[in-house]
Amino acid sequence: MGESATTLAALRRHIAGMELRQAPAGALFATGHGPLDAALGGGLAYGRLHELFAASADDAASAAGFAAMLALRALVPGKALLWLRTDGAERRSGCFHAPGFAELGGDPDAVLLALAPDDVAMLRCAADAARCAGLGVVIAECWGSPRVLDLTASRRLALAAEKSGVTLLLLRIDAQASPSAADTRWQVAAAPSRALEANAPGPVALDIELLRRRAGPAGMRWRVEWNRDACAFREPALSGAVVPLPFGRPAADSGPLRRRA
Amino acid sequence: MRLMAVDRTALALGLAPGLMLADARARVPDLQVSEHDPRADQDWLERLQAGCVRYTPTVALDAPDGLVLDITGCAHLFGGEAGLVEDIEARMARLGMTLRHAATGTPEAAQALARFQTAPAADEAAAVRRLPIAALRLEEESETALKRAGLKTVGDVASRPMAAIAARFGEDAATAIRRLLGEAESPLAPRRAPPPMMAERRFAEPVAKTDYVLQVLEELARDIGRQLEERKAGGRRFEAIVFRTDGLARRLRIETGLPTREAGAMMRLFRERIDSLSDPIDPGFGFDLVRLCVPRAEPLAPAQLQLEGGSVSEMEVAALVDRLSTRLGRARLKRFRPRDSHIPEQAQLALPAADAAGQPPAEWPISAPGEPPQRPLHLFDPPQPIEVLAEVPDGPPHRFRWRRNFHEVRRFEGPERIAHEWWRREDGLTRDYYRVEDAHGRRYWIFRHGLYGSEAASPGWYMHGVFA
Repeated sequence: MGESATTLAALRRHIAGMELRQAPAGALFATGHGPLDAALGGGLAYGRLHELFAASADDAASAAGFAAMLALRALVPGKALLWLRTDGAERRSGCFHAPGFAELGGDPDAVLLALAPDDVAMLRCAADAARCAGLGVVIAECWGSPRVLDLTASRRLALAAEKSGVTLLLLRIDAQASPSAADTRWQVAAAPSRALEANAPGPVALDIELLRRRAGPAGMRWRVEWNRDACAFREPALSGAVVPLPFGRPAADSGPLRRRA
Repeated sequence: MRLMAVDRTALALGLAPGLMLADARARVPDLQVSEHDPRADQDWLERLQAGCVRYTPTVALDAPDGLVLDITGCAHLFGGEAGLVEDIEARMARLGMTLRHAATGTPEAAQALARFQTAPAADEAAAVRRLPIAALRLEEESETALKRAGLKTVGDVASRPMAAIAARFGEDAATAIRRLLGEAESPLAPRRAPPPMMAERRFAEPVAKTDYVLQVLEELARDIGRQLEERKAGGRRFEAIVFRTDGLARRLRIETGLPTREAGAMMRLFRERIDSLSDPIDPGFGFDLVRLCVPRAEPLAPAQLQLEGGSVSEMEVAALVDRLSTRLGRARLKRFRPRDSHIPEQAQLALPAADAAGQPPAEWPISAPGEPPQRPLHLFDPPQPIEVLAEVPDGPPHRFRWRRNFHEVRRFEGPERIAHEWWRREDGLTRDYYRVEDAHGRRYWIFRHGLYGSEAASPGWYMHGVFA
């Protein structure tokens, strides 16, 4: 039973992917979270630069997870995902674990991981990757605030991404927000998840805040949950029991409750 | 301490290799001595060998101080054997080296004549016969035995029946004599197999500017592209060799994931390679020969069909992979394949992306739908030790300290027991993994290393990964 359910989920994803072969330029990809998509006017834009900040250095894994999840939403089947990291990032927050990526709903076969010796080399590779139209999404993981990543550099990245149609997610951990040419800027923090039976941690839950947006209002916060079977974000379900209906009586007004002596 | 090598002046003063240092100092009080460094000598010999590749691809080492070149069929390019020897001598003179040479029909004869010939002879055979038996390069005992038997030159030994020589001194001696006389085959072991395709350009005047060399390399790349097109092939590996006037050479190697014959792609990768060199190319007195070879080529269709842009995007990604691999190194650009192992850190195989093109899609095991992710996105290698407050013998963790921060465990799931691979080693420890969430909502994957009591007296705890 479990096996056929997994196959069914994989088949559903495959069919959903077949319907969209090529992402049209300037189009939006929905995240799946209703209020979030409504606030963004449909979703995040393909082929643009989006910046993701981690709320603190301890939230690095959550921010990376959010980047991976957004990438899964933006990825068109047949295109690859390039993740650029530095040696320092691997030391501080651990190596990329492909089975973990599969557990989030992704296909590790489509992932290319590039390890650069330092930030400057990593950003050079990001600039080259942004010009390669064969890639679907590029995640550039940058720790700290390197001097080379200034407004000009981010504008160049944004222009290259627009021209080639590659969605560029710039993951900034332990960094100060500085002026940049990003389409949207997010801050990501980990959030307590909905408990499952026996007080087990539930699906991935994150607190995200839209810090800045090129065209539109910003400053809103949402708590999102990741549904790895549908590969989409969703609103976190309310935990705890619902108020039960009284037996034998309609739920509509039954008069004010009176305290009996 | 003995003398290993002496220069001309020392030779004239009567010193020779093999003399004790004390004796030599006694004879010549102000003797300049430096340490014998066989490694450096070997290194230098290999560099000279790399430089001699300009004459012929078949250059073999004749340690410790010789090179053997197979000049069959290429001597005429340099003005015959005499012209070739003159060329080599001129280049070696620029490096401050003097050499003795000989050109014969077999490599052993050439080596022997170059080392031991003292007087000119009528022809090759006569010269070989006049050589002392040291030229046979036998062991000490065999040499002394031959001397005691009264055989002083190669000719003496050759005139005896071979069967007797083989019986007394071993098969090796007989083979050595036969090879020296040219009666047995002795193929040279060159450093590398000659490449299938090559183009080269000679300069009349030595060139020192790298830019000009790159321009010439681009023209050669176009030549090679035409050659590849004629053969309906594309190159996978390219090698550019720049030869200096003093006989040394420098190699630049690039490789591509898909076969290519575009000069532009080749030059981009060569430029990346030059940028990423740890020590820049030193022109010395200038370069006078640039050669481009294709050691590995594969069939490539004449024209690429473009079906809905599918193949174009693949080629673009392959070109990007080539560039990044050349710039960062092959091992730093990875693709992943699943591995059949229940040990978490071995569940994936990281392959260099340049090798992993065109592999069939793989099955990655995932947990049942509806469950939260059971494996973290980031894994620490090696797992980091943490201090945990938990009940013995196998209670769940309540609180732990990692990187100087305390974390209160609010939710946990576990234990997931992952035993060691008992078929590989007997003394491994079982791990009990817990998926924990702390007060802030951060989710970690920690494990107890060893069962309390049966495997470890006080099992340690480790942080293995962090979930999204």
